[in-house]
Amino acid sequence: MRVQVATRLALFAIFELAADPRRQRAAAEIAHRYGISVNHLSKVLRTLGRAGLVEALRGAGGGYRFKGNPRRVTLLDVIELFEPIGSTKGDEEPEGPSAEGRALRRVFDEVDDIARATLSSISLATMLKLVDEARRPPPPAPSRRAG
Amino acid sequence: MAMSYQKTKSPQPVPGDVRIRAARPSDLAVVVALDAEDTGISKPAYWKSRFEWYVGRRPDRFFLVAERSEGMLGFIVGEVRAWEFGSPPSGWIFAIGVSQEARLHGIGSMLFDEMCVRFRKAGVRQVRTMLAKDNQLIMSFFRSLGMMAGPFIQLEMGLDP
Repeated sequence: MRVQVATRLALFAIFELAADPRRQRAAAEIAHRYGISVNHLSKVLRTLGRAGLVEALRGAGGGYRFKGNPRRVTLLDVIELFEPIGSTKGDEEPEGPSAEGRALRRVFDEVDDIARATLSSISLATMLKLVDEARRPPPPAPSRRAG
Repeated sequence: MAMSYQKTKSPQPVPGDVRIRAARPSDLAVVVALDAEDTGISKPAYWKSRFEWYVGRRPDRFFLVAERSEGMLGFIVGEVRAWEFGSPPSGWIFAIGVSQEARLHGIGSMLFDEMCVRFRKAGVRQVRTMLAKDNQLIMSFFRSLGMMAGPFIQLEMGLDP
């Protein structure tokens, strides 16, 4: 699965902010950490702000702060602010009304349902644990006996 | 979902007087009530059969309950199963339930941790469960404990009468 650049930036920003909700971070600081454009990130942060997931703090030492419950906000909540995920039920069917199109839609819907179920079950708190796990060095491989 | 066992951290402190023990036949009515509270369906016959299967001396089947002095707070059911779907022995969790008043205090995590201890003692290194795709609450709970999608996928089809 691939997500758009804005979605990826939003996820990185929200992980950064949710890791310490009391701390405010400047957009430039987050942008620098991930080597991304401050302008692009600022747009993304505004979208997150409108959704009530972050708040902008003005003045000296201002920046952004996570606003929400990391155990309740899921990856799907963040991703869907930037792009649709999953089923197009109710929308115009891009596969068309033919039998082939409808059969294909059924298969795509299966994939979409799994994607939605996965993304909606991973909270930011769970995701931050996975980030911590990814930071840890991998355990040493079990040694193999010769012969 | 499957995971390698690692002791979990409870979201909030578990009250000190909570203890986990093996279920007894006399727990049946409370388990039926807890499950009904959760699912909206009372299934006494089903749980009676599960008690017959899980509550006893078999070293590879586990039915555990969490309780305090005022009564039962939750339960978990699991067993070691081997070579189904080609899988080496692994621990399967079939059911978990925590009373609504006792939630968010780490009771579910405590039950899960104890089940993993039993599985480990039984010689397995993998714990699995299966749940409905739309059961976001329980799926989020298992994921918060570190469970991820495993190597199996469930398929099904309707049968013509």
